[in-house]
Amino acid sequence: MSRIAGWARGFASFWWDFIIGDDWTLAAGVILAISATVALAHHAIDAWWFLPLAVLTLLALSLTRAARAARKA
Amino acid sequence: MTGNALLFVAVFLACTVEAVEALTIVLAVGVSRGWRSAIQGVLAGLVTLAAIVAVLGPALSRIPLDALRLVVGGLLLIFGLGWLRKAILRASGYKALHDEDAIYARQLIASRAAEHTGRFAVHDWYTFTLSFKAVVLEGLEVAFIVITFGSNQSNIPLAVLAAAVAVAVVVAAGALVQAPLARVPENTLKFVVGVLLTSFGTFWAAEGAGIAWPGTDAALLAIIAAVAFAAAGLTLLLRQVAPRGEPSQASQLPAGEVAG
Repeated sequence: MSRIAGWARGFASFWWDFIIGDDWTLAAGVILAISATVALAHHAIDAWWFLPLAVLTLLALSLTRAARAARKA
Repeated sequence: MTGNALLFVAVFLACTVEAVEALTIVLAVGVSRGWRSAIQGVLAGLVTLAAIVAVLGPALSRIPLDALRLVVGGLLLIFGLGWLRKAILRASGYKALHDEDAIYARQLIASRAAEHTGRFAVHDWYTFTLSFKAVVLEGLEVAFIVITFGSNQSNIPLAVLAAAVAVAVVVAAGALVQAPLARVPENTLKFVVGVLLTSFGTFWAAEGAGIAWPGTDAALLAIIAAVAFAAAGLTLLLRQVAPRGEPSQASQLPAGEVAG
């Protein structure tokens, strides 16, 4: 049983690292930003500028956090 | 036409980076323990990746285009931002650069110390599994990029061709110099690939969400320019406030990270 659990943990951890990577907040932010874009389009608001702006903001925030953590270490 | 050219460039560059990293590991085990099992591992890895593309590629092509672009665009965005984040942190001195020579030397020592045992038709199981893992783990991201770019552009054969050309170029260069390709500017390539994945991801995800881009396909070029400009700006900004001294590779890379 513990061998199966270990294998499942390893499998899940591999896919987490593969898809989510080093910063899970980036992935969560992307999902939120795309959901907001879908909602805007659903209400006939053609906010084409929203997603690029959200993506660059997410990147800047993630880098700021990483840089701050590196300076503290 | 522009879409196909960018598809070729993105897949070619992504595949070049990953192939260089896989080549370092395969070279180390091949040189230290013999080429037969190393080549068997590489071939088994390539067959596995080809099977993944052959199964998932046509399956994805059956999904309605808007839904495909929404999901695949989102995944590409997450992937692209990850590549870009890492490349910016490396370019600005917060993360150690990938050192193929150091990785090769470490792998060489580990390979020489490992035991020789055969299994099935494989003469040296250690060499086989290490080569197989190197190809599959490094190649999985490329397979994902091939499938997503290819299915979104309705041109999987072109994406496969770009990947195959990249592998052929890296293997030929490796055979020629018979050493890790340490001079390949991996971080710059990763930066460019990160910019392209992020831009394509943004473009497709928004289209899939129902947004109409001004200028239709030409908007993609504007997004690429904007992402590249912002990424370069963030690199310069972070470089100015970067901690002094070289970051150590061992301390900066996340545990368990093979690629990167």
